[in-house]
Amino acid sequence: MDLNLSPEEKQFRDELRVWLDANAPADWHEWREKPLEESFPYLRAWQRKLDEGRWAAVAWPKEYGGRSATLTQQAIFWEEMARAQAPPMANSLGLGLIGPTIIVHGTEAQKKRFVPKILSAEEIWCQGFSEPNAGSDLASLQTQARLEGDHYVVNGQKVWTSYGWVGDWCELVVRTDSSADKHKGLTVLLVDMKSPGVEVRPLRQMTGESEFNEIFFRDVRVPAENVLGPVNGGWDVAISTLMYERGSYGARLHLIFKRNIDRLIQLSHVFQKAGQPAVRDPLVRQKLAQCYAEIEIMRWNQLRAFSRISATGVPGPEGSIQKIFWSELNQRLQQVAQELLGPYGQLVAGDIRAVDNGFWPYGYLRSRGNTIEAGTSEVQRNIIGHFVLGLPRSY
Amino acid sequence: MEFGLTASQQLLKDNARKFFAGECPMDKVRHLMEADTAYDDTLWADMTDQGYTGIIFPEEFGGVGLGNVELILLMEEAGRALLPGPFFSTVVLAGAVIDCVASAALRQKYLTRICSGDARSTIAMLEANGSWDPVDVRIATLNGRLVGEKLFVPDAQVADFIVVVARDGIFVAEAKAPGIDIQLMKTLDLTRKLYTVRFNNTPVERLGNVTGLARALDVASTALAAEMVGGMQRTLDVTVEYAKMRKQFGKPIGMFQAVQHQCADMYLETESARSAVYYAAWALEENMPDAAVAVSIAKMYASDAARTVGNRGIQIHGGMGFTWESDLHLYYRRAKASETTFGDSTYHRERIARLVFDAGIASSQSA
Repeated sequence: MDLNLSPEEKQFRDELRVWLDANAPADWHEWREKPLEESFPYLRAWQRKLDEGRWAAVAWPKEYGGRSATLTQQAIFWEEMARAQAPPMANSLGLGLIGPTIIVHGTEAQKKRFVPKILSAEEIWCQGFSEPNAGSDLASLQTQARLEGDHYVVNGQKVWTSYGWVGDWCELVVRTDSSADKHKGLTVLLVDMKSPGVEVRPLRQMTGESEFNEIFFRDVRVPAENVLGPVNGGWDVAISTLMYERGSYGARLHLIFKRNIDRLIQLSHVFQKAGQPAVRDPLVRQKLAQCYAEIEIMRWNQLRAFSRISATGVPGPEGSIQKIFWSELNQRLQQVAQELLGPYGQLVAGDIRAVDNGFWPYGYLRSRGNTIEAGTSEVQRNIIGHFVLGLPRSY
Repeated sequence: MEFGLTASQQLLKDNARKFFAGECPMDKVRHLMEADTAYDDTLWADMTDQGYTGIIFPEEFGGVGLGNVELILLMEEAGRALLPGPFFSTVVLAGAVIDCVASAALRQKYLTRICSGDARSTIAMLEANGSWDPVDVRIATLNGRLVGEKLFVPDAQVADFIVVVARDGIFVAEAKAPGIDIQLMKTLDLTRKLYTVRFNNTPVERLGNVTGLARALDVASTALAAEMVGGMQRTLDVTVEYAKMRKQFGKPIGMFQAVQHQCADMYLETESARSAVYYAAWALEENMPDAAVAVSIAKMYASDAARTVGNRGIQIHGGMGFTWESDLHLYYRRAKASETTFGDSTYHRERIARLVFDAGIASSQSA
């Protein structure tokens, strides 16, 4: 056990620091509050720049434009990005989830065709997984694809698709064999979102924004060469994408949580409780300290998971712990923020008295989705129960 | 950066698990807890042979010279076995305090006895006010002698010398010294006995200043939290096995999500406590700026998690879990006693608040 950075890790960090000092944009703060629709070209340009420096996908193998970075180096990458207050990248699903899945399951032609444009943000990717009747029970999805000559013809509906409105391509899970067992009749298709018959509609969520979309497919023709992985073997391909979702996200989240608790501690010196700064109130201290502690533990859990994963090379079911831990922690943190701010906690963006331009009431509502998105807490506990502890399947 | 165990650390942990399983199985634990002292000569000698009594002490005193990380791995396995007797009080309490506060000559004098297995020891800290904060200690020496009473002193009956925290310093009293009176307190945890120790003009030797105590208490708190993690792991393992085997409504109860999800939470709580303990041990070893905060995070989280894991484990065992025959209540009792030892989660949250919000100590950074 040695949590000091190794010489290679230090070198990685220093090289990145120098690059970020020279290249990270200075005007991100002017853009960060704007709607994603407005800032998206800016984020694309930033990702292109990162790719030119070979920093867009450090986790990817070197031969595909990455740096074969270890998990620790990936964590260093996100820490340094946060330190430099650098913007996020436009093609986050392509870089984090779909690119790695194509690299593992794709044909040489597919890798050559898709991977470079994921890196450069020339083609933005979205994920067509959930359906109105297939959420936690993803394998029961009903979107159909039937082979007609050298094309699949797709009909059905997807929902909760992030980046659907800007997506050029979609990793789409479809049913290709309705007679087979539900896990065995699925196939993953790489679908051009400009194909005739694809219709994208915004899905307005309880925060009022539309981060997600519904996508309708009506007789959409997809060339058979765009099957990713084996026909009717799509479940394993989809699962590997979901594993990346649970595995790599945590390092970035920790930095966001860290920033939030630091801000709350600052605010506790400003906001009053019973005629004195809230930071003097014993209950406020207890609650903030609990959040602070859990945010630290979140990071240590991740570092331990990194060490386990680096032995096997792929994230495993232990990613479910991180998902439960951060999502439930964020909901508690947002509640503590509300208690700290009192009546000011309800002032949303645009009100002249809003704290941090309404970040906290937004965060409170947005965190409600955390235990649902990317696999509900219930599904994560099923995964731990069955795949980690070896308990019999409950469903 | 590597948060996994090295090969030699893993070997030490595996060996400790085998050793305790062989030399201190549950029937032995139950036998020892019925005795006043929970102490066994043979077990102590075997532990000495393994080098456990000298694990963190320098080789010049007959120790093994390993670090905090190795200590907590051993403590984790001791906790898993619910090891009774004075190992914790001797090595982790008295030993760590002596190592942190005493001069080389005094360390030589006392640590040599501990490493060789010749002496058992403990620390007398708490007084009637029940406070874990050293500033609340009232007892003090006069002309090299102590008068007063200490409470909740672990394993005092089998101690050969007792380390005493006084207002004017840290002192050592030989157990056979005049004026010492030791009485068993009747407590919840049957496997770790607590005593009152009364000093009536007892001659003592000065070890050092109270200022050195903070680090020793941090070492001990982390080790205790590690022991709690071992107890949690055992409770989890036993419970998962039971949930696979026990059938109701024609199915293993572990198939029901109400049960399965509790097991998942036990796993999450155990693993998270382990992450916090391992980090704290490493941070102490490396003298990281956030070491004290990390220790409080570990003790805070483990204190709540050990209780919660115990609750879930007993609940899943149903009526069987509520019997005397089940081992779960022995772990549950230890968890409760450990929760309050060195301060419960409320105490440590306040300590985190003081260190972070008031003093502005930065949190951990990999850089």
